[in-house]
Amino acid sequence: MGPDEKTIICRCEDLTLKRLRELIASGYTTVDEIKRISRAGMGPCQGRTCRALIEREIAAMTGVPIREQKPAKYRQPSRPVTFAAILGGEPREEDC
Amino acid sequence: MKKTADAVIIGGGVNGVSIAYNLAKRGLTNICVLERNFLASGATGRCGAGVRAQWGTEMNLRMSMASVRMFENMNEELDYDDDIEFNQGGYLLLAYTEAGWEQFKKNVALQKAHGLQVELLTPAEAKEVVPHLNTEQLLGATYCPTDGHCNPFKVTDAYAKAARRLGVEIYTNTTVTGIERDGDRIQGVHTDRGYVSTPVVVNAAGGWSQDVAAMVGLEIPTHSERHQILITEPVEPMQRPMVMSFHHNLYCQQTPHGSFIMGLGDPTEKPGYNMEASWQFLEEMAEKITWLLPPLRHIRVVRQWAGLYNMTPDRTPILGPVEEVPGFYLACGFSGHGFMIAPMVGVLLAQSILGQKTEIPIEPMSLGRFARGELFREPSVV
Repeated sequence: MGPDEKTIICRCEDLTLKRLRELIASGYTTVDEIKRISRAGMGPCQGRTCRALIEREIAAMTGVPIREQKPAKYRQPSRPVTFAAILGGEPREEDC
Repeated sequence: MKKTADAVIIGGGVNGVSIAYNLAKRGLTNICVLERNFLASGATGRCGAGVRAQWGTEMNLRMSMASVRMFENMNEELDYDDDIEFNQGGYLLLAYTEAGWEQFKKNVALQKAHGLQVELLTPAEAKEVVPHLNTEQLLGATYCPTDGHCNPFKVTDAYAKAARRLGVEIYTNTTVTGIERDGDRIQGVHTDRGYVSTPVVVNAAGGWSQDVAAMVGLEIPTHSERHQILITEPVEPMQRPMVMSFHHNLYCQQTPHGSFIMGLGDPTEKPGYNMEASWQFLEEMAEKITWLLPPLRHIRVVRQWAGLYNMTPDRTPILGPVEEVPGFYLACGFSGHGFMIAPMVGVLLAQSILGQKTEIPIEPMSLGRFARGELFREPSVV
């Protein structure tokens, strides 16, 4: 197994650097598209780790610098929250 | 970009690529798909990912039953290098009013007559299917085990890849700016990347179908309407079927990945193009879902979003040629169920464009039905 296969880019959904590079090479050249085809960024952290790594890899492989890449949409809630907490009262430790 | 094409499909959602694949498969390969954003960026990629055949009109029933059979074999049919993730865990539909229950009995009689495996269930039997279901106030349910869940991104990807292998060109980040006509007949399509000459244009523009129709001077009775949805963190498998209540206007399914996906219809939603998610939805969803499926109370919501239903007056799609504009075809107005019937829509549109006999008669689904007053009145939509 090469280093690319052992390098995890999205820790929530287990996207490896190898798979990310395959996806970019096959034409998925925006964070939005990579997210939808691989689930990267759809887990509990909502892309807090992988988004920047994916943007950097897209820049390296396509030559489009990060500042020229269309940013992917940020969606609420900003942190995972239980239905119980949404329904009111003080959220318990385990609800946040 | 191509200078000439035998057909141009506007819209890179699942229906657009399904139509493209089916045309190419039948020999019409000099065609292209135009997508303003990226594939599945509109309604397809925002939908609830459910697939059901439990419909209340013969047309929706035939379209969806045929499509379920195609989903079952899609990985092989399209020679897909990934997996469309079709999982047949069933749909449990809930009735809370006498009128709703009577409608379910009629639906099931119609569905059985067409050979669908479907049952009327008592509340106790419904609880056997979904043990954590709150059966308070429930009058009865219907259950079809072959309904299920499928990944809309993967299905779109599978059709797009298969279409490209057959020679179809797919242009993303390409905006249609106008449609050229000679008299009424279609001549070509203007885009922000150039002009394509073509005798055939398919309007598969989803939430923007009415705007594309207006480009040929056609007013169609579709409008767009925001529908909201959310997804939770993945948890251990605990709910096999989709649970759907027309009375509460909601649906909720655990995906094969483990997350719960759920949505609500809002009868007060105004026509428009708003695709922002709201906190009001989150609160209403939390109230309704924790009443209906109490153990979900302690599961975390990770993301909410919204998409557009492209609605028609009878909540049935508009398919096929437009008499007034030769060469202009419609595949729009899916009213919230465009993903699950896309396999059959692709077949029918391709057959219609090529002048072949369609597997299911599509004339009843044409634009002309509104002028003739021959509406469908689908009773079973969230």
